Amino acid sequence: MAEILIVVAALFSAAAFVMALLRFIKGPSPADRVVAFDVLTIVAISAIIFTALAANRGIYLDVALVYALLSFLGVIVIARFLEKGF
Amino acid sequence: MSELLDIIGALLLLAGSIFLFLGSLGLLRMPDVFNRIQAGTKATTLGTLLVLIGTAFIHPDWGFKLLLIGVFLLFTNPLSSQVLANAAHRSHVTKSKLTTLDQLAEDREENS
Amino acid sequence: MNAILLVITILLGIAMIIAALMAIHRERSLPIAILSAGLVSLLASVQFLVLAAPDVAMTEAAIGSGLTTFLFFFVLGKVRRRKHD
Repeated sequence: MAEILIVVAALFSAAAFVMALLRFIKGPSPADRVVAFDVLTIVAISAIIFTALAANRGIYLDVALVYALLSFLGVIVIARFLEKGF
Repeated sequence: MSELLDIIGALLLLAGSIFLFLGSLGLLRMPDVFNRIQAGTKATTLGTLLVLIGTAFIHPDWGFKLLLIGVFLLFTNPLSSQVLANAAHRSHVTKSKLTTLDQLAEDREENS
Repeated sequence: MNAILLVITILLGIAMIIAALMAIHRERSLPIAILSAGLVSLLASVQFLVLAAPDVAMTEAAIGSGLTTFLFFFVLGKVRRRKHD
């Protein structure tokens, strides 16, 4: 029961990944692509958590911790670059 | 007892990933950069937090790391979305016809 | 279980190729190329994690996806500003 629910949840987040990737490909302006990159990083954090659940190893969560710290820095630098104009 | 906790955690994981799905759907369907920021950042933050809580139900011994990830996410995610929206507003991104209210531009005109 | 792992790995590889094509496909702008490089790095990190190498994945996340994107945008901003002066 619980395993089937977890597999369905992983499929939903894979669909979320694909749709954010589509927005990254289509995105007319660079700001759209930066938003899509941010969403892809957040979805990747939950994908890493699903991988940790599937492999049953807690050490995988450290990678998610690194992403939760670093996505913020990257987006702030990119936003400072955007303000001056592409 | 452990079975019940597993099922509660799996249901929370399912709810969180449905929120992630809806956030990405909004990112794909919304007409404008600001609408996309709203859909893409709020819904996915809630979805990831629900995924973290569900994982803490399934594996209680990973609780500290999950709590740390959640705290960092709550600190950094709204901040980055606000900075991004401010930068997009300053670099004059084209708005769609449906976006009619722009109080930040009105405030800047009044102050200047 | 092994077949599912193979399918996930192949799908991640296809996504990496699409993200790398984004860097050279349209409109040839440098910021989009840098963002695409960051995306390739993010997908590679998830790939390493699926293939059970968490230390390599952590290095890729910190250096490939974080520091490289950060540094490229910093340098690109400096170069643009000097050209405008």
